[in-house]
Amino acid sequence: MTEKPAQYDPTHRLHSEAEHAGHAHASHCGLCRIELENVSVTAGSDTLLKDVNMHIHCGQLTALVGPNGAGKTTLIRALLSQIPYTGAIRHIDEHERRLRSVRTGYVPQQLPFDRQIPVTVTDFIAAALTRRPVWTGISKKTRARVMEALSLAQAEKLANKQLGQLSGGELQRMLLAMALTPTPDLLILDEPVSGVDQNGLYLFLETVAQLRRSCHMAILLVSHDWSLVRKYADNVVLLNQTVLCAGNPDTVFGCETFREAFPALGREV
Amino acid sequence: MQTIYRIMDVLLPFEIFRYDFMKDALLAILLLTPLLALLGTMAVNRRMAFFSDALGHSALAGLGIGVLLGFSNVTAILVVFGILFAILITRINRTGGASSDTNISVFSSAGIALGLLILSGDGKYKQYSNLLVGDVLTIRGSSNLIWLAVMLCAGIVLWAIMYNQLLLTAVNPQLAQSRGIRVSRIEYAFVILVAVEVMLSIRWVGVLLINALLILPAAAARNISRNALQHALFSVLISVFSGVAGLCISVPLRTSVGAAVVLCAALCYAVSLLIARLLRIRLQA
Repeated sequence: MTEKPAQYDPTHRLHSEAEHAGHAHASHCGLCRIELENVSVTAGSDTLLKDVNMHIHCGQLTALVGPNGAGKTTLIRALLSQIPYTGAIRHIDEHERRLRSVRTGYVPQQLPFDRQIPVTVTDFIAAALTRRPVWTGISKKTRARVMEALSLAQAEKLANKQLGQLSGGELQRMLLAMALTPTPDLLILDEPVSGVDQNGLYLFLETVAQLRRSCHMAILLVSHDWSLVRKYADNVVLLNQTVLCAGNPDTVFGCETFREAFPALGREV
Repeated sequence: MQTIYRIMDVLLPFEIFRYDFMKDALLAILLLTPLLALLGTMAVNRRMAFFSDALGHSALAGLGIGVLLGFSNVTAILVVFGILFAILITRINRTGGASSDTNISVFSSAGIALGLLILSGDGKYKQYSNLLVGDVLTIRGSSNLIWLAVMLCAGIVLWAIMYNQLLLTAVNPQLAQSRGIRVSRIEYAFVILVAVEVMLSIRWVGVLLINALLILPAAAARNISRNALQHALFSVLISVFSGVAGLCISVPLRTSVGAAVVLCAALCYAVSLLIARLLRIRLQA
């Protein structure tokens, strides 16, 4: 359990929200870790993932690394139950009991979308939070909820911008704000920092890094940025169809298989 | 119906609306255009202009098959066939193969050809040619108008239910899915709603012009809108305005109402482009 820090904490709203909901304990739903046991995914005759075994712990940032086509996104889709898989994905609480499901926040890879779309950030987030169709207008109450969500990612300034006007970093912050509302137990970031300027990147990861402790959230980060992984990750999992190497950043970056998988990066790391 | 006519006489003391058939036509336009305009906003955002065009063309094939099988209820055939056609195109696009515009083009051409092949047999073609052009002036009697009113209300309710989910799906399907939205189900629901609306409107607007009425107002509104509310509002306003203006222009000139309506909407599009450019210049200044 983490104490509420005395200094400014962008996540303080998460605490109060959770307390209102009656989850004032160590974690919001009692999730402790997610266990993957022999998770395999096939598409036709191709094996995308084979016998993946790993744990994702709450309060930790787990980085998922691997070459292109290693199955990182496939693994995320399995975690989100978006594709069929064999093996087991178990959500375990602090008393070693299995939970049915956990709330998952997901920041997708940046996809191309229609930049002329006449939709503002407020419209878009409101569409995710309420049932009232946003073309009939947005109530004050919903507006307040949208601002609250945006404040989690320090993105209040974006509220009235159109989606197409957002820079890469701003788009990421909006997606993070959405992923954090309602407060998830597991936060998945799929290469969230590609195409983002340095400043935006720093802001984004500082926010995420604070969340993992203050909210006891499990965070899974897919990234190609080694210096970033080294700085922020508690655990690193090297994936290439299956788990090749796992442990703290030093262990993984030092292991033989990592150097084989990324020979060109030997010097950088 | 007489009560409505009397109210209209008071509200619209114009020479042109003295006749009942003009009142019917005006009511039909007021009932037809708003829902097409609302659905159009999403069709434009999802880049489905071509899809709805093909859907319109498929009405011919639907009618042909219906005639071949000996059904008499034209509207029912059109709706059933439209739904099947929309599901089929969507399914083929989802499973890949050629690019979606190629797939749609194949369906569109095949639909027209099949329709013409069957309908032109026995020299009966003329009988159905009004489907190609459509004529809102032929709408007579309260039963047709009541159907249009029912469709408008039901359509708006369904549209309100599915809109938010569709919007999330349109921008990022993975994100929508992670928030518990059944992406494929909502997409099918949307194309089916569009199919039903298009097929029910086609008798009055015509195969050749139905797509313009779906796409043009929404496309024009998009040029001058910043948010979803404005997009919906401007789209409906442009659509209703074009409908009424087209009717008022075409009847004295004795030309096709549908064509005049579409030309008005096209004019609105041109104006919207100008406004958008002016707005941009002012923003930059």
